[in-house]
Amino acid sequence: MNWLLDYVRPKLSVAKTEKDVPDNLWDKCPQCDAMIYGQELAKNLYVCPHCGYHMYLRPRKRFRMLFDDEEYSYLEAPKVKEDPLNFKDTKDYRSKLKSAREKTKFDDAFVAAFGKMGGHGVVIGVMNFNFIGGSMGLAVGEGIVQAAQFAVERKVPLILVTASGGARMQEGILSLMQMARTTLAVKQLKDNHLPYIAVLTNPTTGGVSASFAMLGDITIAEPDALIAFAGARVIKETIKADLPAGFQKAEYLKKHGMVDMIVNRHDLREKLITLLNLLGNTYTKGE
Amino acid sequence: MADKTIYLDFEEPIYKLDTKIQELKSCCDDKLAKDFNKEIANLEKKTQKLLEETYTKLTPWQKVCVARHANRPHSIDYINALIENFMPLAGDKLFGEDEAIVGGLGFFNGQAVMVIGQEKGHDLESRIRHGFGMPKPEGYRKAKRLMELANHFNIPIISLVDTAGAFPGIEGEERGQAEAIASCIMEGFKMEVPYIAVVIGEGGSGGAIALATANRILMLEHSIYSVISPEGCASILWRDGSAVKKAATALHLTAQDLHKFGVVDEIIREPLGGAHRFRDETVKHAGDVIWKHLTELKKLSPADLAKDREEKFLAMSRIA
Ligand SMILES: [Zn+2]
Repeated sequence: MNWLLDYVRPKLSVAKTEKDVPDNLWDKCPQCDAMIYGQELAKNLYVCPHCGYHMYLRPRKRFRMLFDDEEYSYLEAPKVKEDPLNFKDTKDYRSKLKSAREKTKFDDAFVAAFGKMGGHGVVIGVMNFNFIGGSMGLAVGEGIVQAAQFAVERKVPLILVTASGGARMQEGILSLMQMARTTLAVKQLKDNHLPYIAVLTNPTTGGVSASFAMLGDITIAEPDALIAFAGARVIKETIKADLPAGFQKAEYLKKHGMVDMIVNRHDLREKLITLLNLLGNTYTKGE
Repeated sequence: MADKTIYLDFEEPIYKLDTKIQELKSCCDDKLAKDFNKEIANLEKKTQKLLEETYTKLTPWQKVCVARHANRPHSIDYINALIENFMPLAGDKLFGEDEAIVGGLGFFNGQAVMVIGQEKGHDLESRIRHGFGMPKPEGYRKAKRLMELANHFNIPIISLVDTAGAFPGIEGEERGQAEAIASCIMEGFKMEVPYIAVVIGEGGSGGAIALATANRILMLEHSIYSVISPEGCASILWRDGSAVKKAATALHLTAQDLHKFGVVDEIIREPLGGAHRFRDETVKHAGDVIWKHLTELKKLSPADLAKDREEKFLAMSRIA
């Protein structure tokens, strides 16, 4: 099955040394309320030094944390039809997109990069929760499809780091179709016996959890991450009862057999490299 | 099955006419009845015209109401009318049996098929038994098992989509609703047999697409298929649960919209007045359309069937 033929190869662009806004501000930990100095927080990979809470990690920081020597090239973002429904609620969707782009400096809620981890070539895709809640529409779906195709072409593993509130409802049925398209994307890795590792971070919900996020060969979750299909509020309204403690948290999912392991952000790179070493060290049949 | 016609809010003028016709018809005086016949014929003509006016330009929200109409034919009605020797198959062989999904083998015009449908039930007792048509993980795992079974014996698959969505609840989350849906989507792509999905009523979000990664996606004329319910969308984006009409319009969830987007291959016409008024006719016609597509797909090789499905979904939503 070769559908690579009609696919536009994304261009690679080397990530420039990016200067971040100096982290000289104080942040408050949402879990323990401790005030933490920005530089200290950055050095600690945005994990609260007091209670271990894993705060949201932006895509660039995620790439730098995972790739060897902080070196990587971006996969060019795919071109997709913008605002296919001409959607308006109280505000129009185009203006929401525009302000999200200004705020995040990214085109949409998914960005992929190619580089090495422990010497292995690997494609890593990261969802940007700051971009309309990391919601999945055409751009995210197509980004994941192209990242998967790129990985298959280079015969390298794919790692997807999720953070999403679910489908981008402003793109209607076309956003729903991305559940199928991203599933198809990771199926290509499976068909080619290339590892696909899902790293679920806080929060991973709705249509993203019910598609590629839950289909990893290996599923890793960050501690305390919310991982859910239905929203807790919807469930509470439906059953009219309280929810169990820790409901829909990473630890709860592990207990119920839905994730392989919970990995602290400080250990993530090392664990992933070990997994890549193991999955890449296959024996030749019949020898 | 409910015998009494249930009228929707916007059908009030039709209801009034129908009531009047019933009154006139129930007149037992022979002499009077003769005079009434003309009147009845007149009124019936009026009703027909009103139905035409209403049903040729239903608003998106009205379509939502029609798609959810309690008298609309459900999966079981399609199975009863179209499938011979239906052998229902139960259970996911892992945890339990979820009757929100009915499935099994049977003959469709002499061809063995696997039917997998979401069933809402038609009265309180059956609605409870069928979990209001909202499948739990075991329902999706049963669907996946039936797909595997069909593929193993080279039997085509017909799925009937009719759900408000996957069941939202504690047990569902515990048992991996997200994984169950994702795996069902994936399984659909693995099939090397013809796979046809028909949205017969309500295509609710992830709970619907789990049974719709098919070679052909067909939709009844007044069915809907959406990423979120108009109610959910209204409460999130408008912060006003009553903004359902606006949300229904903005979401572009009608069969006609989806056909325009290239998501749906063919719209199955409903008799004027909707499937809920003309149940048998609707089901029979749907059967003819499904058969036409099945006949076409049977010409493809197993590998080409899988390829056809992949290419269809990859092309979907790409810039032409
Ligand atoms: Zn803290």
